[in-house]
Amino acid sequence: MSEPVLRVENLTIDIPMSQGTLHAVRGIDFELKRGETLCIVGESGSGKSLTSLAIMGLLSKKMRCNAARLDFSGIDLRKQSPRAMRALRGDRMAMIFQEPMTSLNPAYTIGDQLMEALQLHRPVGRAEARARAIELLGKVGITAAESRLSQYPHQLSGGLRQRVMIAMALMCEPELIIADEPTTALDVTIQAQILRLLADLQREMNMAMILVTHDLGVVARIADKVVVMYAGEVVEKGSVREIFETPRHPYTRGLLRCIPVPGKTKPGEHLGSIPGIVPSLIGEVEGCAFRSRCDVAEAACASNVPARRTGGDHMYRCIHEVQPGAPS
Amino acid sequence: MARTIETVAEELRTPSPAAILRKRVFGHYGLVFGLCALAVFVALAVFAPLLTPHDPYAQDLLARMKPPFWMAGADPNHLLGTDHLGRDYLARLLYGARISLAIGLFAALISGLIGTAMGVAAGYFGGRVDLVVTFLINVRLAMPVVLVALAVVAILGGSLQVVVCVLGLLLWDRFAVVMRSSVLQVRDLEYVNAARAIGCSTRRIILREIMPNVVNNLIVVATLEMAHAILLEAALSFLGLGVQPPTPSWGLMISEGKQMMLFEPWLIAIPGVALFVLVLAINLLGDGLRDVTAPENRG
Repeated sequence: MSEPVLRVENLTIDIPMSQGTLHAVRGIDFELKRGETLCIVGESGSGKSLTSLAIMGLLSKKMRCNAARLDFSGIDLRKQSPRAMRALRGDRMAMIFQEPMTSLNPAYTIGDQLMEALQLHRPVGRAEARARAIELLGKVGITAAESRLSQYPHQLSGGLRQRVMIAMALMCEPELIIADEPTTALDVTIQAQILRLLADLQREMNMAMILVTHDLGVVARIADKVVVMYAGEVVEKGSVREIFETPRHPYTRGLLRCIPVPGKTKPGEHLGSIPGIVPSLIGEVEGCAFRSRCDVAEAACASNVPARRTGGDHMYRCIHEVQPGAPS
Repeated sequence: MARTIETVAEELRTPSPAAILRKRVFGHYGLVFGLCALAVFVALAVFAPLLTPHDPYAQDLLARMKPPFWMAGADPNHLLGTDHLGRDYLARLLYGARISLAIGLFAALISGLIGTAMGVAAGYFGGRVDLVVTFLINVRLAMPVVLVALAVVAILGGSLQVVVCVLGLLLWDRFAVVMRSSVLQVRDLEYVNAARAIGCSTRRIILREIMPNVVNNLIVVATLEMAHAILLEAALSFLGLGVQPPTPSWGLMISEGKQMMLFEPWLIAIPGVALFVLVLAINLLGDGLRDVTAPENRG
């Protein structure tokens, strides 16, 4: 395939706090090509959202973001002025947020907000922007698109608002779309619809998509590549097949044990869980951050942990070469 | 009865935003009263020369202390009677409305500009800007408005412009406090982030995304401060440090009438009632506007 749309190497995000520096994201690499879907999985506070904000250049000024490489379609994002970043955002890279209930401005109609997204970046007139808004509302499955344009956000349900947010992100046909837990605030039946919609649109428009989530069911359904994050670090990454069929890192395997499998999980059987809590990331973190909760931890885990590759793109960070008890 | 798709669709069709707004405006009695009363005051002030043939400055010592029309011995030429110098009271009341409205409007405008700029900057940028603004607000709150106004007017001399400037420079605190906290509430909402994600500049975010959602608070504060400024001007004039005689000002009229209070009570009752109704009307208007414009009630 062609040149990757996004290439991230050794991304770190530090947040200065009164108790010391919080190393929220510690050395992330991945790359993403056109038409691919990358899922970032991890629990709350593992740095998934910060990573996506960093790519968009939306981190607050207090946070320090460093990367060996942060290229978007051949543009070095680290060197862009705020003005250049503004021109990229919304035009070539777009983002869908978690909370559809508050992501739309209550003071404007849906139509105004959709048209603004286009008119900020393209020299188009109102009529043209309006036509595009109607076209996209139809694409995201909203019926009676024309009459929806004059409605205010509070007149729409959560699912509809999230569809509007998706339409807004797609107004300028971005090359990269980042969806930060787009279905968390929606109920389950709507979640499935929205995900299918995102996957369809992504294929149709040949975009690269980053989907931040903590729902492994979602990952299994739409991801091409998976990045599993724990405590600000990539503990395992690979293709969706590699992650689900031959998970190497004990954290990934722990996560997979937590979801029921139809036909395999018997009624009444306890699902797996991972004991303990995520360690504090304030101050220097040495060794494997997962060792306090890991059932195969050893003394050596406290020192440097190698990044191992098992051929191809599958990478995991653990001192054990082949996991004891791992399915092979 | 045949219910076709069209008739059902017609039933389900929501009224247009303008129709809903109209309904809400006219359903709010306080707002309607405030609006009408204020409109009447504005009309009286603007058309004062057409409504009375008398000059508010012309003295007629032979026609002093004429009672208003509802009392015995009223002169049909002077509907509201005359004051102790024989000046037509209706003319003075009408021309006085100009002074009060102008002072209210311009003082609220000046303080609104200062306070809003400070409050929005503090709320949006936070950090050091917020520290400085909060300090300035505290300094301002530590100053007694009436005393400072008295001192400044005493030094600079009382004139309409001086009073407007003094009040405008003293009444911005509530604008700043209210704007700061409203912007703080709105700043971190996701739609502001979403606006950033579609590439909006800071200026655009403040003006287009944040301001429309806090402007209803601004309107309420502006009307309250307008009423506040009108009352303060009356108080300063009553104390002899506001607008100077012979300019017709309601506070001045009350002040001049107070010696005759026991014998000719209408001399203070008439401007007093006018002041009361005007301030009430402005406050009702502000309350009503807040209820009607709150974004969460739109639709």
